Amino acid sequence: MPIVVNGQNYETDEEGYLTNRNDWNEDLAKEMAKVDNCDLSQNHWEVINFLREYYEEYQIAPAVRVLTKAIGKKLGPDKGNSKYLYELFPYGPAKQACKYAGLPKPTGCV
Amino acid sequence: MSETTGGVEMDEEVSGVVKKFLYVNRKAPYGTIYALESLEVVLIAAAFDQDVSLVFLDDGVYQLVKGQHTKPIDVKNFSPTYRALEGYDIEKLYVEKESLEARGLTEADLIVPVTLLSATEMAELMEDQDVVMSF
Amino acid sequence: MLHTVNKSPFERDSLERCLQYARKGSAILLIEDGVYGALKGTVVTDKVKKAMKNVTIYALYPDIEARGMQDKAIDGIKLVDYGGFVDLVTEHRNVQSWL
Repeated sequence: MPIVVNGQNYETDEEGYLTNRNDWNEDLAKEMAKVDNCDLSQNHWEVINFLREYYEEYQIAPAVRVLTKAIGKKLGPDKGNSKYLYELFPYGPAKQACKYAGLPKPTGCV
Repeated sequence: MSETTGGVEMDEEVSGVVKKFLYVNRKAPYGTIYALESLEVVLIAAAFDQDVSLVFLDDGVYQLVKGQHTKPIDVKNFSPTYRALEGYDIEKLYVEKESLEARGLTEADLIVPVTLLSATEMAELMEDQDVVMSF
Repeated sequence: MLHTVNKSPFERDSLERCLQYARKGSAILLIEDGVYGALKGTVVTDKVKKAMKNVTIYALYPDIEARGMQDKAIDGIKLVDYGGFVDLVTEHRNVQSWL
């Protein structure tokens, strides 16, 4: 089902992940979050942007364990832990944040 | 729907049994689906905290070659993903020396650091595994 | 360890690489088109016979039959059925498939 943002149609798969990664923009992320009753804060954006950079470099969305470790390395231990990331993204940090970042679901997620 | 949590909860269930898993890659990257399938299996299996090694033999060494640019053939370039393996705690990558030499390549042509082994050493490594997955 | 080969030796290097990798005392099972490597009078016969000094070679008989190659297997190659295939897998610690 497509998502409509600023009068523009964006194609997503049955789970709401963006079909074409190049379609992504910040308003689209905000709209996806709104559907989940999630208001994107600076802390959310930090993770979303991190994921986009990670994908750019490695061409995959990281597993949650790898994401947690990598965030810790980059943003410090108070952010590189499950509790912090699950509070930001209660549906699962890798899964939910990847969706807002316009990335595919991480390999290994069921 | 659940996310793989990467062994944190799993450790208790499997009570610390760690097996040696070897993934044998023998195909070039884009002519068949083997290389990509292997990589995906490796990434998924990484969640189970096992002792994982990857070997690259024959045309499998082409998977690791630098400078792959797949836009013209309109398929995904998955070679950068080999560089992500370290973050998944997969650090044992072995390349058969003879295969590399036969193709006029050296370690400098590869996108990740690897250990070069002779065929004889590789056969020994293979023998020592609990599970061998071939691609 | 058990090695399996499922490709014709005239099309791929699977058998050749397998013979090179199989260490003394290990077993090789030829299946599917791999059974063409189990036959007498081919250009790979001598290589296979030589390997048989160090490793035991098996071939899946249903695959030989299917290809009309009954009676053509090299003497000393052990012919097994599907049950024998399963036995070989369980008898060995691990399996490498040369695809």
